[in-house]
Amino acid sequence: MSVSLACELNTQKRPELHLADPQPNVSKLEVVASTTPEPAPQMRRPHASTAPDKIFKYLTVTAALSVVAVVLLIVFELVWHSRLAISKFGFGFFAGSDWDPVSGEFGALPFIYGTLVSSLIALIIAVPLGIGVAIFINEMCPRRLRTLLSFTVELLAAIPSVIYGLWGIFVLVPFLRVHVDPLLKANLGWTGLFTGPIYGIGMLAAGVILSIMVVPFISSITREVMLTVPQNQREGVLALGATQWEMIRTGILRNARVGITGGIILGLGRALGETMAVTMVIGNRPEIAKSLFAPGYTMASMIANEFSEATSQLYLSAIVEIGLALFLLTLVVNGLARLLVWMTTRGSPSRVYG
Amino acid sequence: MIRKMLVCAVLFLTNFTAASLAQTSLNAAGATFPYPIYSKWFNEFAKSNGVQINYQSIGSGGGIQQLHSGTVDFGASDMPLNDQQLKDLGKSIIQFPTVLGSVVPAYSVQGVTGEIKFTPEALAGIYLGKITKWNDKALTSANPGLKLPDQDIVVVHRSDGSGTTFVWTDYLCKVSPEWKSTVGSNTSVKWPVGLGGKGNEGVAGVISQQPGALGYVELIYALQNKIPFGPVKNASGTFVKASLDTTTKAAAGTKVPPDFRVSITNASGKDAYPVSSFTYLLVPTQWQNQGKKDAMVKFLTWMLDHGEPMVTALDYAPLPKQVAEMERAKIKEIR
Repeated sequence: MSVSLACELNTQKRPELHLADPQPNVSKLEVVASTTPEPAPQMRRPHASTAPDKIFKYLTVTAALSVVAVVLLIVFELVWHSRLAISKFGFGFFAGSDWDPVSGEFGALPFIYGTLVSSLIALIIAVPLGIGVAIFINEMCPRRLRTLLSFTVELLAAIPSVIYGLWGIFVLVPFLRVHVDPLLKANLGWTGLFTGPIYGIGMLAAGVILSIMVVPFISSITREVMLTVPQNQREGVLALGATQWEMIRTGILRNARVGITGGIILGLGRALGETMAVTMVIGNRPEIAKSLFAPGYTMASMIANEFSEATSQLYLSAIVEIGLALFLLTLVVNGLARLLVWMTTRGSPSRVYG
Repeated sequence: MIRKMLVCAVLFLTNFTAASLAQTSLNAAGATFPYPIYSKWFNEFAKSNGVQINYQSIGSGGGIQQLHSGTVDFGASDMPLNDQQLKDLGKSIIQFPTVLGSVVPAYSVQGVTGEIKFTPEALAGIYLGKITKWNDKALTSANPGLKLPDQDIVVVHRSDGSGTTFVWTDYLCKVSPEWKSTVGSNTSVKWPVGLGGKGNEGVAGVISQQPGALGYVELIYALQNKIPFGPVKNASGTFVKASLDTTTKAAAGTKVPPDFRVSITNASGKDAYPVSSFTYLLVPTQWQNQGKKDAMVKFLTWMLDHGEPMVTALDYAPLPKQVAEMERAKIKEIR
């Protein structure tokens, strides 16, 4: 599993870097965390047949277009099967907070809110943790421990989400309820985020369990990207008198940030779409509450919960529209993340200022 | 080597298709609750009659959908189809009850040793969010021998759409006019209060982890996992604890109409457990394929003769005799 994960990460990483890299023309000083070679000079014999190249070209074009076609088909299917709900509720669907299958009133807002907040909590915890793990394994860890540690972290990605869910309900939730939540309530209750009755189950528990599931994605990609920073870069920064932390910060993280952001986006994708583990610990209550102790609901877990037993056509169509909303949300979040990367890297090329 | 494997594969495939052509097979989909007994039945039936029945336990809603689109020969549902659903289905069907199930109130209250008894008023009040403490009058007056603590009740319900939720809310509708007008009954509803757990295991997990929790699970799940649950006061005023026997008695005490579409919650018999229901097979009346029709009829007859005695071993409640006899007569209407 860890091998296949590594492969997946590899294939994920390269286009990510390439697309998000705003500075294709790199000067010699710049070290970009990408290994795309320069286009090779024309080596073909003047009269050689071009047919194999053409076939190859069409094959790759077909492969590329088929991905686009699948996405378009998904959008079409989602819109088609949710047409009943779309025509009945219009845009009010995304602003409504009622979910009542008996009277046929459906609104998506609590689910959208729950999805965003639980994923945000997950990232707040997982990003520093994942990057920290990656830095330690790559830069400081004794060689003997390295394989064991990275294997363990990647193993986290191989655990089925239902196992996370059951572990969450029997281990994490009681732990949060007894040890963590009262502490948060006593010290940070004034923020309004940690108030109300403590069940253990709720938005916070969902965020925590998601963070554990997301860490291996972020740390593995961060490690891969950090490895692409050349050794002489490290040596150069150290030779200029930098401490180890300064070397990691300016020499490695700064250059690898585009790739790291790619890893975070991948992790975010997992967090947005997770169903089973979340539904076990979030409390499944379509409600918008400021307190993170309160139960919530996410779009993905609602679909998983109610799809199989949806009894009326309108009900079913409303659930499909939730799927459409999730699709659009993922699109928007990904777009925003890319915009963020573009904006932060536009003015400052990945370079080390001596 | 590869050639050898290919030959093996081809031989296997031809064998397989030859075998499946020789026998009729039926496809079905639907409810998850009766899946263990159905899979035992279909397995035993295939052994004795050579008819293969493939059943996908995808949920009642999915079963009804597939029956509507014609991808399965018959469906299965945890609740009877209402008039609108029958109209939407677009084909005439007979709904055969197969076994019975019950839903029980399970709880975890620390320091209470005896069984907590529940009145319909207490259950409705708790699920409406009006009764919030374990030492509320509605609970203490029904449990004079117990010292119930001054603890908040954490209400737990199923988060996934489920026949179990339908039975529970159907019962609450019958005993509480307020529940009926504000919430209603369905496979999933807009709960006034409470936490949602996914599946019986999710609800049971929350109950075992939350001090003061009250939830509902299927009787069969509570029995097999030894989860404590309390008796419920039935319509004739006695507290009855759910068991296979009291579940069957709920059906026996209810007048079953010719189309079997009946809710047996809040049944009136003295020993009837009030939160019970039938689960159904949805069988089309008209069949194009004579072979399949014969197989279907054969199975239904076999089920009543040989299937019913198997159910108690798997903790399902068997049909009362008179319902089985009504079904036997109804099978003749399949053409």
